[in-house]
Amino acid sequence: MRSNPAEYQLVVPASLEAVVSLLASEPGGWLPIAGGTDVMVQYAAGKLPARKLVSIWNLPELRRIEVLPDEIRIGAGCTYTDLREHGMVQREFSLLARAAAWTGGIANQNRGTLGGNVVNASPAADSLPALLAYEAELILVSFRGERRVPYKNFHTAYKKTNLASDELIQSVCLARRFSAHLAYTRKVGARNAQAISKVCIAALGRCAGGVVEDVRIAVGSVAPVPLRLAETERLVMGKPVDPSLVVLARKTAIAEIQPIDDIRSTAKYRSAVVGNLVAEFLLRLDEYQT
Amino acid sequence: MSESFSSGNSAPCEVSFTVNGALKTVRVFPMERLLDTLRHQLGLTGAKEGCGEGECGSCSVLLNGALVNSCLVPVLQAQSADILTIEGLASDARLDGLQEAFPQCGICTPGMILAAYHLLHKKADPTLEDIKEGLSGNLCRCTGYIQIFEAVAEAARRRVAT
Repeated sequence: MRSNPAEYQLVVPASLEAVVSLLASEPGGWLPIAGGTDVMVQYAAGKLPARKLVSIWNLPELRRIEVLPDEIRIGAGCTYTDLREHGMVQREFSLLARAAAWTGGIANQNRGTLGGNVVNASPAADSLPALLAYEAELILVSFRGERRVPYKNFHTAYKKTNLASDELIQSVCLARRFSAHLAYTRKVGARNAQAISKVCIAALGRCAGGVVEDVRIAVGSVAPVPLRLAETERLVMGKPVDPSLVVLARKTAIAEIQPIDDIRSTAKYRSAVVGNLVAEFLLRLDEYQT
Repeated sequence: MSESFSSGNSAPCEVSFTVNGALKTVRVFPMERLLDTLRHQLGLTGAKEGCGEGECGSCSVLLNGALVNSCLVPVLQAQSADILTIEGLASDARLDGLQEAFPQCGICTPGMILAAYHLLHKKADPTLEDIKEGLSGNLCRCTGYIQIFEAVAEAARRRVAT
């Protein structure tokens, strides 16, 4: 059943300060809406519990990418188009640029935002494994002030986050220390664009002296939250990539995930694909000389 | 996040924007979808409702130069915006080159053409892969896409030639 617009409020404050004041005045009472690619879908289906919405679309404070000497701060209101077209994101954070390029079609990339993807907290979101691999940190803002938290612990359960009811994500911070790493990412879905992933992987690695010196592997759509494969990483660290290690890594990765059967795929298929992707990443890493 | 949302009955408000070059002011509920405002208040029925959830692209319009699904835009977010719909693409009774080159059917075509227009604005000489990606958010159930890709390539060639 379609929603009746007369039953919904929408306000468009001119500044981030005005938005956080409003959120503080009635914590949990207002739902932020940016480009609407999630919220408006629920609204159209008559499934949006919130009746009072506050627009954060195109707020200048949230729509900039700050390049600092040791990190990049991406405003939570930056769109996928902003990310994929940003030269520095393409060069140093290619996992994120590529995830942005295969999220939805062009129209959704022009409206969907990185902060929205994080807050919506779908385990199938394509940008989230990239944020895990880069060990992103989030700057959260509220009327009470700012706090900086690791993204890693932000998703607590299926579609649940640590965001307080009066808080917004202001920016996503990525340390600039991965440009010499091999960046490997693949999306396995029914179709390249506009299809939600069956499995998505984002991984970074570096070898030195014939052994794995640094590695981080993150996967989406195989657990209630996007997942770092910590056991698999521990297994391969400090070792040469040889066929027996690849076999063991494949098994370890499959044991770490909790895939389910759903409309897009099956647990069995997802397990097989995760094993294959981890194996392919390790073989690429072996070929990659730094 | 808390789900203690209170009721949100709203009053209509005035929203002004430019559509196809003309300044318009409409009286609307702020959460009305831009698609509905264009079709029902302004009589611009070129943008179609297909899926209503941002998957099919038949409601595509350009909002400040960016291709968007108008079914996912609350009209209040279009305050002061510059909007281009398929009706605004033809000028002085002359069709845009894309409109001339397209296989005509109807439902997906306005969205396809605006997506192609947005693509050619960013890339004047697109490859087939660029065209496929540029139109990836627009679904067609009739042509199998090949004629559409060819039409975009043809329109791009003609644009470059003129």
